[in-house]
Amino acid sequence: MQSSNRKALLGLTIFLILFPVVAMNVTAIGHYLDIMIFVGIYCLINMGLSLLMGYAGQISLGHAAFFGLGAYTSGILCTKFAMSPWLAMVAGVGITALVAYIVGVPSLKLKGHYLAMATLGFGVIVQIFFNEEVSLTGGPSGFSDIPGLSILGFSLNNDLYYYILVWFLVLLTLIFSLNVIHSRVGRALRSLHDSEVAADAMGVETSRYKVIIFVLSAAYASIAGSLYTHYVGFLSPSSFDFFLSIKLVMMVVVGGMHNIWGALLGTWLLTFLGNEWLHVFHDFDILVYGAILLAVVMFLPDGLVHLVPRMSRVWKRG
Amino acid sequence: MTKITLTGQLIQYLFTGVTVGSIYAMVAVGFNIIYNVTEIINFAQGEFVMLGGLIMVFFTVTAKLPLPLAFVLTVAAVTGVGALMERFTINPLKNASVLTMIIVTIAVSILFKGIAMFIWGKDPYIFPPFSGSKPLFFYGAAIQTQTLWVLFMTAVMVVLMTIFYKKTRYGKAMLACADNPEAARLVGIKVSVMILISFALSAAIGAVAGAVITPISLMEYDRGALLALKGFGAAVLGGLGSFYGAVVAGIFLGIIESMCAGLVSSGYKDAVALILLLLVLYVRPSGLFGNVEASKIKEF
Amino acid sequence: MNTESSPVFLHVENLQKSFGGVQALKGLSFKVPSGIIKAIIGPNGAGKTTLFNVITGIFPPNGGAIALNGMSIEGRKAREIARLGVSRTFQNVEVFGRMTVLENVMVGRHIQSRAGIISTGLRLVGMRREERQIRESAMQHLAFVGLEKRATELSGNLPLGEQKLLEVARALATDPKILLLDEPAGGLNTRETEGLAALIHRILEQGITVVLVEHDMNLVMDISDEIMVMNFGEKIAEGKPKQIKNDPLVIEAYLGEEVDYSDL
Repeated sequence: MQSSNRKALLGLTIFLILFPVVAMNVTAIGHYLDIMIFVGIYCLINMGLSLLMGYAGQISLGHAAFFGLGAYTSGILCTKFAMSPWLAMVAGVGITALVAYIVGVPSLKLKGHYLAMATLGFGVIVQIFFNEEVSLTGGPSGFSDIPGLSILGFSLNNDLYYYILVWFLVLLTLIFSLNVIHSRVGRALRSLHDSEVAADAMGVETSRYKVIIFVLSAAYASIAGSLYTHYVGFLSPSSFDFFLSIKLVMMVVVGGMHNIWGALLGTWLLTFLGNEWLHVFHDFDILVYGAILLAVVMFLPDGLVHLVPRMSRVWKRG
Repeated sequence: MTKITLTGQLIQYLFTGVTVGSIYAMVAVGFNIIYNVTEIINFAQGEFVMLGGLIMVFFTVTAKLPLPLAFVLTVAAVTGVGALMERFTINPLKNASVLTMIIVTIAVSILFKGIAMFIWGKDPYIFPPFSGSKPLFFYGAAIQTQTLWVLFMTAVMVVLMTIFYKKTRYGKAMLACADNPEAARLVGIKVSVMILISFALSAAIGAVAGAVITPISLMEYDRGALLALKGFGAAVLGGLGSFYGAVVAGIFLGIIESMCAGLVSSGYKDAVALILLLLVLYVRPSGLFGNVEASKIKEF
Repeated sequence: MNTESSPVFLHVENLQKSFGGVQALKGLSFKVPSGIIKAIIGPNGAGKTTLFNVITGIFPPNGGAIALNGMSIEGRKAREIARLGVSRTFQNVEVFGRMTVLENVMVGRHIQSRAGIISTGLRLVGMRREERQIRESAMQHLAFVGLEKRATELSGNLPLGEQKLLEVARALATDPKILLLDEPAGGLNTRETEGLAALIHRILEQGITVVLVEHDMNLVMDISDEIMVMNFGEKIAEGKPKQIKNDPLVIEAYLGEEVDYSDL
């Protein structure tokens, strides 16, 4: 692994270890631990989205659907079928990956706006499904009493344990993703983004890779969904709407689309913004999100991560 | 008490379908106008409809202005919004990538939604129908007079747009831009002005749609996204860029949706249009009336 | 009839391609013997790049056949054709602008390597070994074209001449049997063009058949073994450089075209 990535990983790990130590000892920010758990869950989704958008150059405006599919599968299998949560998580990944494959194959033949609309439409259809299949999902009012997670009988029933679990999984996924990026597969993805026709001419199986990375990102989202379910203990379709899909894209774009660290930065920033600093703006949080997205995409198209000199590379052509 | 016959029901669904379909048709036409000149899909198209409805509420209910004046002011206001959007967010990004343009129009749609929520809150609003609320009876179906206004407005829009494109200088210039922007530039047509007009025109049509549908189905701050999706579905179904295709497809979509809602399941009615959108994109992206070669939608 | 030493390596028969109402290729037939340099020349709009695009699978033909070493390849997808030993460069340079020079060539090694998402994600031992091989091979190909000093630079920042060389290195990294060069000298100065000519000879020495589309007549007359002349989607002449030079049809086709005739 490249040394800059190694250093960044080390830095992140140190930060993650120190964070709860500080947060739990300063009452004013004690709840930051809870927010960081959500940051971790969204980071999991957004690493996948970053691979899809930033590296492979595709777009998905419906990723909340995969998040929701993982969440609901875990919730339903655990409550209605008394399945073990870990098994349910695996089942969730399986189902979500299958759906992603079925939707992905025809959708990824589309480009640009049409792909965006297709994924948007798909996301809304899934949300309607969650709303309408009341016997399965509890409909608009959702369902609750979802059990928490435990490892080998040791129950993860407080914020600190959950924080450790979530961020441990995030780090593993981050390492996996960085390995993929700096490999033959990563180069294939980046090549199809830069010049699909040249990538084809060099023998890169472009349509296959688009689908693979789409399914992978759906799998990441599914795991995140399962983690979300067992943490919150309650599910309702309104949590998995189009606006969440947009927020996810925002987090990736604002942080810096072409760089997986950018996705992490953007996720952290916008989650804290939404949960903590925007409470002041309660009724116009949507307004603020729209304004931020607009400002970033117009003035800082490579995202905020490029303000950190050592983290950035010159991505622009020429 | 009048018995509701099956015929009566079907006619009811048909009228509802044509009414809501007319709105989809107008949104679709709005997409096409902008797409033809710039190849941009304007995700904020649905917000023009939403703003049309809500601003109309303001002028009629809050400002208590006479209906025709309120209507004209509403359309003017939303047209202005469309023009501002183009000047401030589209024009500066002339050479941006497709992805950037997508995100920009999405961001603007969120911004509009946020502003609407700020001004009007999350509640739905309504204002009285143009000609009163007494329904007309037609073969056992109760038809609202506002429905006739919707159809009338749609027809007027079709006629005016046809005249615009075929007879006026600006209209012909826009067609030229759509066909061959380089050649258009060479003969002195200012493409940037055409783009501005396309946004203003789309906004105006959206405003009319919003103003005319609100007395029937109310309007709230977040109606835009679903309208945009369905309108886009109609645009693609009719062949992206095809004016008449958009109108036919929009009404067709509305009828299918209404029939499904009435006869099958009202909860899934929104999904109908979306599934149709996906099917068209996957199977025949050139739509019903489009040109197969003109659709550069898919790769080889 | 599939021997490596078969004299006819690429055989195009009655190839047709139209775009909408426009017929870009009207029944084109020609052969490329193994181990030679064949140039395809013709005025702009003659269909030369379309020909390359159809051969390499970017567009399917509307009719006709293309055989590579006896095996038919017409209508196949570009990635299949690349795997069968056909590689190319592009008229409008298509380097992977956001990747480094070395990474560009490493993408060329894609079809000669195997690691999938699991083995790369988990950095299994086999994958690491393969990665080292890819890197070494890519460096060798960079050295072959003389770009090894630029390995870590962003390809999008390179001057045009070097981007063209990079495309050649990348195409060579696929271990092709036949290399299609689309206007490799476009935008190059005299010194660069001489370097290109030497490079093409070196490529030939590696046993790779070369077909090039080119407008620079000096280069074409200098290095080609055979020349085919196209106009309006058809072949109007084919033969050795001396024959082509004096062919009245060819001269007529070029009247009014800006061609460097200074040496003819």
